Amino acid sequence: MTETTTGATGALLSATALRKTYGATAALDGADFQIRAGEIVAVMGPSGSGKSTLLHCLAGIVPPDEGQVHYQGRELSGLSDAERSALRRGAFGFVFQFGQLVPELSCVENVALPLRLTGVDRKTAEGRAAEWLERLEVADVARKRPGQVSGGQGQRVAIARALVATPRVIFADEPTGALDSLNGERVMELLTAAARDTGAAVVLVTHETRVAAYSDRDVVVRDGKARDVAGMAGVA
Amino acid sequence: MSISHTLLGLLESGPRHGYDLKKAFDERFGHDRSLHYGQVYSTMSRLLKNGLVEVDGVEAGGGPERKRYAITDAGITDVGQWLATPEKPEPYLQSTLYTKIVLALLTGRDAAELLDTQRAEHLRLMRELTRRKTGGDLADQLICDHALFHLEADLRWLELAAARLDKLAKEVSA
Amino acid sequence: MSAGTRVPLGQWARELLLGARFAVSGGRAGWTRTLLTSFGVGLGVAVLLLAASVPTALTAGDIRKDNRDWASSEEVEKAEHTVLLSWVYTEFRDETVSGRELQAEGDPDKAVLPPGVDKLPAPGEALVSPALRDLLDTEDGRKYLQPRFDGLTITGTVGDQGLSGPSELLFYSGSDELEADSGHVWRVSGFGHSEPSNPLSVALVALVVVMLVVLLLPIAAFIATAVRFGGERRDQRLAALRLVGADNAMTRRVAAGESLVGAVFGLALGSWLFLLGRSQARSIDLYGIGLFPSDIAPGFLFTLLIVVLVPACAVGVTQLALRKVVISPLGVAREGVDRGRRLWWRLATLLLGVVLLFVLGPRFSGGGADIWLLAGSVMLTLVGVTSLLPWVVERVVDRLQGGSLSWQLATRRLQLNSGLAARAVSGVTLAVAGAVALQMLYSSVQREDERDTGMDTGQADVTVYSGVEGGSDGERLAGQIRELDGVRSAHGYLTGEAVHEKTRVNEYDVRESVTFTVADCPTLRYLLKIDSCADGSTYFALDPNLPKDERPKVPAAGDRYDLRADPEKARPENPDWWTVRGKVEQARVGQDASGSQAPYGLYTTPDALAPERLGGEAAAHVQVRMVADGAGRADGVERIRNLAPITDPSFSVQELRSKAQSDEFTVLSNALMAGSVLVMLLIGGSMVVSTLEQLRERRRQLSVLVAFGTKRSTLGASVLWQTAIPVGLGLTLATAGGLGLGLLLLRMIGGGVADWWAFLPMVGMGLAMIALVTLASLPALWRMMRPDGLRTE
Repeated sequence: MTETTTGATGALLSATALRKTYGATAALDGADFQIRAGEIVAVMGPSGSGKSTLLHCLAGIVPPDEGQVHYQGRELSGLSDAERSALRRGAFGFVFQFGQLVPELSCVENVALPLRLTGVDRKTAEGRAAEWLERLEVADVARKRPGQVSGGQGQRVAIARALVATPRVIFADEPTGALDSLNGERVMELLTAAARDTGAAVVLVTHETRVAAYSDRDVVVRDGKARDVAGMAGVA
Repeated sequence: MSISHTLLGLLESGPRHGYDLKKAFDERFGHDRSLHYGQVYSTMSRLLKNGLVEVDGVEAGGGPERKRYAITDAGITDVGQWLATPEKPEPYLQSTLYTKIVLALLTGRDAAELLDTQRAEHLRLMRELTRRKTGGDLADQLICDHALFHLEADLRWLELAAARLDKLAKEVSA
Repeated sequence: MSAGTRVPLGQWARELLLGARFAVSGGRAGWTRTLLTSFGVGLGVAVLLLAASVPTALTAGDIRKDNRDWASSEEVEKAEHTVLLSWVYTEFRDETVSGRELQAEGDPDKAVLPPGVDKLPAPGEALVSPALRDLLDTEDGRKYLQPRFDGLTITGTVGDQGLSGPSELLFYSGSDELEADSGHVWRVSGFGHSEPSNPLSVALVALVVVMLVVLLLPIAAFIATAVRFGGERRDQRLAALRLVGADNAMTRRVAAGESLVGAVFGLALGSWLFLLGRSQARSIDLYGIGLFPSDIAPGFLFTLLIVVLVPACAVGVTQLALRKVVISPLGVAREGVDRGRRLWWRLATLLLGVVLLFVLGPRFSGGGADIWLLAGSVMLTLVGVTSLLPWVVERVVDRLQGGSLSWQLATRRLQLNSGLAARAVSGVTLAVAGAVALQMLYSSVQREDERDTGMDTGQADVTVYSGVEGGSDGERLAGQIRELDGVRSAHGYLTGEAVHEKTRVNEYDVRESVTFTVADCPTLRYLLKIDSCADGSTYFALDPNLPKDERPKVPAAGDRYDLRADPEKARPENPDWWTVRGKVEQARVGQDASGSQAPYGLYTTPDALAPERLGGEAAAHVQVRMVADGAGRADGVERIRNLAPITDPSFSVQELRSKAQSDEFTVLSNALMAGSVLVMLLIGGSMVVSTLEQLRERRRQLSVLVAFGTKRSTLGASVLWQTAIPVGLGLTLATAGGLGLGLLLLRMIGGGVADWWAFLPMVGMGLAMIALVTLASLPALWRMMRPDGLRTE
């Protein structure tokens, strides 16, 4: 299949030879990764293989001990905390398994948060947040607090928040991990559909193949090493 | 899968021509392989003989035989019985994949690579099914999910096997 | 990137507001946290405002007192506006009633007026302070005080500006009988003088300063813990913010906004508490005069400082707490948990405080800079002692092991995070150490002040003194007193002065006089140590302390004394000679009941010397024995006081007490007790909250323990140990530190240790608090131990 854009030239976000050690355990031990604009890539592997660490390094949340992460040609470890935070506000979006919503704020305020942090006024921000909630079929929970909504609704709110600032890359770490099959399927459908509509790339960390099946391509992490299977089997 | 019971079930919603029956079967269940018309014909003959269907009418005109079949009361009872009887759980131990892995290990080939290739193939199929599911109607979704869950189960087994390859290699070569 | 450079003001405001939003939303837990913080800050602010008002509160009354005083040193010539003034004084129950009789020398409309008086009262009229008016209006006042005022018509009240405080009992009355040259009358040409009034004693200043420090420090500690309430949840919230792209500086601003809300609420609550307390000032019986609300006025600069500094401190503590925490988008990591606590800076702080106190000790003057130095060194010492606590707790807890299951659960828990426990208890340590020191200081001052008055209640309960206006004598006055209800017996005698005919002027141009005492035999026996007495007997008591050559000669029969002598004249003019008859016995004097020695000089009976002849400066004395304790006795004393009008300056009645204590100390002691209890309760409350918070965090582990079959009593006991171990260590440290600080302070004011056990009430209070915290957290513990506690959400 077409492997022309797998190289660093066509990649939106790429990592080379990442190493990260927590205490005595090596979470990443030479991991490579590329993702093109608009692509959905599943990062798979058993528990403790280092998938989440790879995602954290890619998003600039955790600095790798060795190796480099480039986003649009810029090396992330060369950026200040403020600059990396600004990347998280504008260019990146996050959907985690749980715990990422601020319990004190209502759902619509949670979704509006990234816009408010970049200085958008309250009315505009919450207007756009409401549109996204509508699109993710959770307009009815807009005024509720995260503690008052179901797990599936909460994940949809989180997706809305990840997408509201129209990011270039969405980082999703086990986004359906806490959901039942039906809710998980729906959340994945909404997430991938929204990502394709807005042209956002998705780094999708999961250990479930059914969830990974929503991707265009998959990368397997095993013992901290990322093996790009796409290189062998070709991209569908 | 019992073709005769499936065709009987399709007739329950109303009488059909043999050709319509084949089309309906292919549409709903024939994703992997379509039904030969001859298969429909022979099945219908057997069902007629057993009194589970009857001929509702014959359309005049050329071409292949254009009989219209309808389900009988006995046929409806039979479909009901079939649906109520559980399927015998099939052990997958004798699957080809298992044979391949054991053979690869015995012959000193790279079993891990075999597994990775197989997984990629599984995933490729799963992606296709997922895509079809997101575009399709409810029946499509159910069918695709069924296949997806089976494939997922295979893959889980693959993952587990991959994790235990070393141990397996020792046992096989011992 | 915009965030790397200057942050626009709008963004600042937005982030602070976001934090504020977090403080007020977030359900019951969020509110509780904000309320507790506000309450702590509020109490702190109230005490700070009170402290800032102390200077005015202590001096406002004195200033008004000075303003109504008259210059007595200068000779004033009679003029159109001058006023004659006589100062009178009486006691009613335990209170002092004072008054001034005024009499215009010229036109009453042009006469100078004391503050609070609009018009000179006419003869027979009086203006009274509102407190005196109210007292006269009570049934008791009507019955037992009014008789002294019978000659006066009350026509109005004295204004606030003329009173040192709202409970002062004062009156101004008009007179037309004052004579300019009599001893107790002053001629006044104006009121108010600017001489500094007597400053508070050094000990009292030290006491007040230490008290404020001791009350403020635990409140500061409380505020520091209060703004950390719900810290874990806040950290999670901030991590969530980091994930959506808030940088470090933004998170800190959000956290600042959050703590600002509590601080601002606290500021409002504190001001309200202060104003509320202030409006009750009239009923605070400080020095027995009370305070006008307007006297409790914090200085403008102080107020400004409080308004700015308190929120700033709250924010500062939050930022300090955040400094040890790395908030990453994935969660929170604490830094330096493994590093053992250092001892050196804790000891250094303590040592600095101790050395300062040691150096300051002998030269403490109670003046400006010294006060700050004292406050500073006391603060350093207390903070030093308290900062030792986390170190001690860590060391001790690390060595604890074994024991029962409940003990094990508690010690392991404490080992995991001993800092948390130590922080909660540090307030207690501060409060107890300070209070112990203060209690020592106080009991020493109190003992000094309570020293025996020297009065001998074994001889009499009341002594009466009356200047004699020709013709009265002690025995007649005693007869009047004996008639009164509540009086059991009364002995009267008369004293006067006479000069021996041979006495010549001494080096000071004065002829020394001899005191004559005239009394009947029973009274003489009581005043002198004599074996026998008969009518006409004469005795002479020599002052044994005089050098031999200065002792007067014992009079012999035939010696003559001039009863009308003016000692300042070199020779007798118009003498009234009294001649000694018969033998004069030498006698030694005893003490009279009021504690002073009976005078040295000549004693005789009325048969030998008619009392009437001792004119001029003669005075009648009566020693009164009252009925046994009770209302009848107290009323009896007032009846004696009612024998003379209040305007009679020469009549005074003194009730004898073997012990006396000044009011300042009682008030301070009460304030200290109330303050300590309040602070302890506050800290107890915060400990309950943090214990509950801890329990809630461990809800699942607790349910698992219960599922194993752990008994309630075991878990209850572990909560008890968990509180008791740090509090016990804190109390021990506080007692030791408090005793040390107390000794240093006593050295400073030159007092001795009056009560080594002064720390017991404080320690008792601490123990009560352990019980309270455990009891208060038990219901929640039981609730969490129900099987449904296993549910996660």
